[in-house]
Amino acid sequence: MSTEKLIFEMGAPGRRAALLPAMDVPTKPLDQLVPRDMLRAEPAPLPEVSEIEVVRHFTHLSQRNFGVDTGFYPLGSCTMKYNPKVNEEMAGLPGFARIHPLEHESMTQGAIQLLYELEGYLAEIAGMERVTLQPAAGAHGEITGLMIIKAYHVHRGEAHRDVVLIPDGAHGTNPASATLADYRTVELKSDARGGVDVEHLKQVLALHEGKIAALMMTNPNTLGVFDENIVEIAKLVHDAGGQLYYDGANANAILGITRPGDMGFDVVHLNLHKTASTPHGGGGPGAGPIGVAKHLLPFLPGPLPAKGRQGYFWEDAGPLSIGRVRANAGNFLVLARAYTYIRSNGPDGLRHVSNSAVLNANYVMRALQEYYDLPFDRTCMHEFVFSANRQKALGVRALDISKRLLDFGVHPPTNYFPLIVPEALMIEPTETETKETLDEFIAIMRQIAEEAKHQPELVLEAPHITVVGRLDEALAARKPNLRWQPEAEPAATKA
Amino acid sequence: MSYVPNTSTEQQEMLRAVGASSIEDLLTPVPEAVRLKRPLELPPSLAEPDLRRLMLGMAEQNADLDHYISFLGAGTYDHFVPSLVPALVKRSEFLTSYTPYQPEVSQGMLQAIYEYQTMVCQLTNMDVANASLYDGSTAVVEGALMSVGPSGRGEVLVSRALDPQYRATLQTYANARGFTMREIGLDDGITSVAELEVAMTPETKAVIIQQPNFLGALEDVRGIEKVTHAGKAAFIVAITEPASLGVLAAPGDYGADIVAAEGLSLGNPMGYGGPALGLFAARNEYLRKLPGRLAGKTLDSRGQGAYVLTLQTREQQIRRERATSNICTNQSLLAVAATIYLAALGKQGFRELGEQCLQRAHYAQERICALSGFEPLFARPFFDEFAVRCPISVEQLNAGLRDEGISGGYDLSRDYPELGDAALFCVTETRTREDIEALVAAMEEVAGENR
Repeated sequence: MSTEKLIFEMGAPGRRAALLPAMDVPTKPLDQLVPRDMLRAEPAPLPEVSEIEVVRHFTHLSQRNFGVDTGFYPLGSCTMKYNPKVNEEMAGLPGFARIHPLEHESMTQGAIQLLYELEGYLAEIAGMERVTLQPAAGAHGEITGLMIIKAYHVHRGEAHRDVVLIPDGAHGTNPASATLADYRTVELKSDARGGVDVEHLKQVLALHEGKIAALMMTNPNTLGVFDENIVEIAKLVHDAGGQLYYDGANANAILGITRPGDMGFDVVHLNLHKTASTPHGGGGPGAGPIGVAKHLLPFLPGPLPAKGRQGYFWEDAGPLSIGRVRANAGNFLVLARAYTYIRSNGPDGLRHVSNSAVLNANYVMRALQEYYDLPFDRTCMHEFVFSANRQKALGVRALDISKRLLDFGVHPPTNYFPLIVPEALMIEPTETETKETLDEFIAIMRQIAEEAKHQPELVLEAPHITVVGRLDEALAARKPNLRWQPEAEPAATKA
Repeated sequence: MSYVPNTSTEQQEMLRAVGASSIEDLLTPVPEAVRLKRPLELPPSLAEPDLRRLMLGMAEQNADLDHYISFLGAGTYDHFVPSLVPALVKRSEFLTSYTPYQPEVSQGMLQAIYEYQTMVCQLTNMDVANASLYDGSTAVVEGALMSVGPSGRGEVLVSRALDPQYRATLQTYANARGFTMREIGLDDGITSVAELEVAMTPETKAVIIQQPNFLGALEDVRGIEKVTHAGKAAFIVAITEPASLGVLAAPGDYGADIVAAEGLSLGNPMGYGGPALGLFAARNEYLRKLPGRLAGKTLDSRGQGAYVLTLQTREQQIRRERATSNICTNQSLLAVAATIYLAALGKQGFRELGEQCLQRAHYAQERICALSGFEPLFARPFFDEFAVRCPISVEQLNAGLRDEGISGGYDLSRDYPELGDAALFCVTETRTREDIEALVAAMEEVAGENR
């Protein structure tokens, strides 16, 4: 079937797919319990469908979706590695999945222990003093980290520091988070080797003397390039009174090789849904815990898991803490998966993960660089960025190449990012792919490069085998239709 | 186990192909000065059988709801989840997919999100809903941020009966963003409309209340709406117990501009409170200011109806420092679970859910307050949570109940010392009459022993 009906277009009045427990307490008319004007006049118009309809519908939807389990997913900066099944089963244990966040500490010793130990592991991996597990995602970690940096400057009487430096290749969340923390952003240029342009950094630091709050950076950066000048960059920023924030989106390249703390970073977030193999779930949930260096410890959100003579407990944050950044302890079941993964790997396994991620990326990059422009021709870390400039001259863009990959059952790379590379194709194979898969991908990419020359229409009209063709995104934005409505179909939302 | 499939022989072959003799050759860009010259100090790797033993050991240190009778709510609610929900949501095509940026191979997730957005609108009677936020507390934050707008300045008035963790979270963000947050006090368990009226200023950008509120009581939402809109502020309604929407008036019915809710209990495992599900809905006028992703319906190149992420120019990956929010990763999978759950319960089932919670809670309240020394803290209507004044400290009471295998009500003295010895009990459809009788008997015994 090329389309799947909406759940609202299925079923019949009176159908349902779940029964509630038998009512075993005496009941009263509702309006004797709650004033009539507080009651809902009409039930919410949810679907009326049977169990088989629900099961078939969502099974069909799943079949119209591509995941890591379906095929190769070299989506740069997203670290689409294999998500181990044991993680899922462990996170599903009733002792983790069926516990209340406000339950007495004596009844949740295992949960606090898991978080306490995980905090220690992540601090060791990042080279940080302590970690908060509250942030639900990378961007949530970023804003948390910036709030900590801000509280630190304010505490030192330097509230006037309001500039956050962000390299031009950075993830969009970095500048968005800076704005949210009420900072101004200043963009740093990249140099010819793809790293931060140190001369430009010096100029910017001089221009904003006394105003620098922080530099946000990922290393390796979004080009997959390790910035060799990191020690000098860290010194320059620290000398200017700024703090260094590490965006951990690319941490899959560095496990056991180097640590942000050793590079001079003061705050680090780790995307556990990338590096620690927890599944992306179609966009979430993730977990973005952040670690801080010792001088920032008083500003961490609380409470923090602690261990005492009576067992594990939650320790309230001190008076300088920025406060909590969400309700409860964080995305606990994601954290439980990450814990499982780290215990499964151990120190040698994690090092092997990064070694293999770097090897796989270099292997694919070298095998394809004859076919696609490589703007920064250096040994890469876990990912690399091609430019489809050469193909664009033939009328085939990065987007077209991406869509053509779909015909081969391969998920496209990240395209048009980082913004500093025209027609960017950002490729991150990850460590969990076999050599055969990589070889196959290499062959497909070569074939597409040939098609661009000789049969461009094949690429331009791709994808050919997917359930839908290319989407009219302009129409979607011009006439937003964001929900089903019973009357008119399609029902345009009044914008 | 590191899940690396290639053997060392294969890796040697790959190294030769790239002209390296060892992995070390590929790591030369990492300067010596920053290299870690020792192994990470972590416990050694475990094979799956050993890993399972370890994890099970820790899990068993926790009191799970299958083995304990709990009357704890206070922001996180135990509701029955039909088997079909986890069975479907665990399908790995959903589980292991990324954000649906490639719509041709993500129609399943996109359509599920479109259905989710529709259902959130149906529950709340609002015009538009986004594809999810982290949790209820951060959804409230986004509502406040949307109200103060790009300047980040102004004032937000917050009911003291908003979940204390939500208030704490909002305060953290207010400090960083630069807006002020002022608390509105309570009058017999609900937000004081009189105090709100006095507190409103031209700088007031939003008024935030919770319905039912943290103390279980139902707010005078229509009174608050009147005052809020008279002051030209946005009316933000937080909901932590979405089952209430089965029977209670929807926020759209009483003039809410923004709804920020916690959807964890809609078909997802409680999981010690996370991952949770931030529901976010608003009136149409906010469409282009909404935080986070939106799935929309459009046409494909073959003229078929199809789904795509839309209005992305609001978002960080396009708009960067001028984005409406910094959110990227959200809680999609939980949104899918909520969609399946709501479809499974359906129109009748969801209403019945609300009725069951309401009836069971009222029965429990009557039984508890018939006990000597226990009485309702407020004379206010409630849904499935209610506050009870206790003759002994709640700490003492709950310690005694724990010995009976019962998790008692939330100790309100932690966050509301002015209320004295008061507990907040939650009774959902998962608590049977037998559970309630066991609680009442145990309370009588514990209170008697400690008096």
